[in-house]
Amino acid sequence: MTRYVMVVDLRRCIGCQTCTAACKVANGTPPGVQWRRVLDLETGSYPDVRRTFVPVSCMHCGNPPCLEACPTGATFKHEDGRVGIHYDLCIGCAYCATACPYHQRFRVTRQSFAYGSEPTPEEAHKFDPARLGVSSKCTFCSDRIDLASHSGRVPGVDPEVTPACVNSCIAGALHFGDRDDPASNVSRLLEQNRHFRMHEELGTDPGVYYLYAEGDRT
Amino acid sequence: MSGAFPTRTALGRQPYWDWRAASNFMLGGSGAGVLVYAAVCGERLLGLLGAALVGGGLLCVWFEIGRPWRALNAYRHGATSWMSREATVAPLLFASALGAAWLDSPGLRWLAAALAIAYVYCQARMLNAGRGIPAWRNPRSVPLLVASGLAEGAGLGVLAGGFWGPMALPVWPMVLLTALLSARVLALWSYRRALPKMVAPGRALRELSRFGRVSGAVDVLAIAVAILATADARIAPLVTASALIAAGSGWALKYSLVIRWSYEQPFAVPVTVARGGEVAPGARPEG
Ligand code: SF4
Ligand code: SF4
Repeated sequence: MTRYVMVVDLRRCIGCQTCTAACKVANGTPPGVQWRRVLDLETGSYPDVRRTFVPVSCMHCGNPPCLEACPTGATFKHEDGRVGIHYDLCIGCAYCATACPYHQRFRVTRQSFAYGSEPTPEEAHKFDPARLGVSSKCTFCSDRIDLASHSGRVPGVDPEVTPACVNSCIAGALHFGDRDDPASNVSRLLEQNRHFRMHEELGTDPGVYYLYAEGDRT
Repeated sequence: MSGAFPTRTALGRQPYWDWRAASNFMLGGSGAGVLVYAAVCGERLLGLLGAALVGGGLLCVWFEIGRPWRALNAYRHGATSWMSREATVAPLLFASALGAAWLDSPGLRWLAAALAIAYVYCQARMLNAGRGIPAWRNPRSVPLLVASGLAEGAGLGVLAGGFWGPMALPVWPMVLLTALLSARVLALWSYRRALPKMVAPGRALRELSRFGRVSGAVDVLAIAVAILATADARIAPLVTASALIAAGSGWALKYSLVIRWSYEQPFAVPVTVARGGEVAPGARPEG
């Protein structure tokens, strides 16, 4: 079996939001829709204050509450663990958005542009009317992953079949690969580093891991 | 909700379900309650009011969804989705309510009442499956919504009885109303007790506690009034007051639950990493 996951190294992320920008360009998401973003969490109190940058996106949960809620079957799971949306089935009820504990679902009903009332050439090129009035979220750049199965290239290793955010990260903080392959890049990282997943207590089995220290304890 | 979602880097109330979704819970629950009341009291036409309320709630939702002309797709995922199940029960409920009124059949009235209970249960589970909202995820929201729907329906049933006929009710509809109001008070108390385990300390919890206290007090007042009215059901103002509170307080409760208390699950990390790689305590923004 294959289970594609993302591994985020919190020690490396500098909060530059390059992945956020890369996602917007690659997926043509409209203003207000961020399939990926980096949280800037400030903790502690003066003078012992800390900032932590936490990249978040759809967690491609193994047990996705959005899928359970969805009344149409528009939300579905690929065999390799990616959670997708059939835009042509979705009724835009946004029930999935209330079910997602990670705030990763979006719905826009009108086309809008970053600069005024006219689209930029890039926005015009990327505009997809099928995404209006329905739910949307990070797909793990599914078009690229699908390409891997035809081309024999390896997601997480070959950039052409790796999510745009991972390719763009300037700090090497983002990694992508098959958790079920013990020899994969992500399996090795998870073996060698202590990690957590967000809100595991909710039973969602999220597919995004956060590394925070060396060592093999989770 | 129309328009773009906000950027959602700062969390707040869920921005997706507005008054139209809340109306589905208010009208749907009340309508189901009216159908149950109609069966218990053997009312021939009252069930039609119940069915109309349920239909009105669904119509509100239809105006809310992003692709209304695909609405029938909502029947495709009954295997896990409580929204699909709600949609499946609705036409059966309409058919039995219409049939009961047409044929004046007690059997069909009871069938409609059973479907109404199934409907309000589906609605309650539907809200509870919104796991991104801690106030909804509280499992005790299920008995709360069911009890409230039945109490609202009994209140509306009593009011409709007064509207259509003399307010001199037989005593036992008031006994039913009193019992359902008491069930709602208990369910609200139990819901509030379970909240601190679900909802992070912060705005949501404060608002919930405040409203819970007021709403509980209003319901207790309604029970007192209903008991007085039960002693002499000809005291029309008392009957009317308790029935109005039963419906109004339930609607306020649902509106608050769907809209005002719907703070999203905050992001949280169990550890943070300080400069130099030192591991430090986690971060959990206020909910
Ligand atoms: S993160 Fe949210 S949208 Fe993504 S699979 Fe999990 S529940 Fe669904
Ligand atoms: S908005 Fe679309 S994907 Fe989300 S629950 Fe509704 S039908 Fe399913």
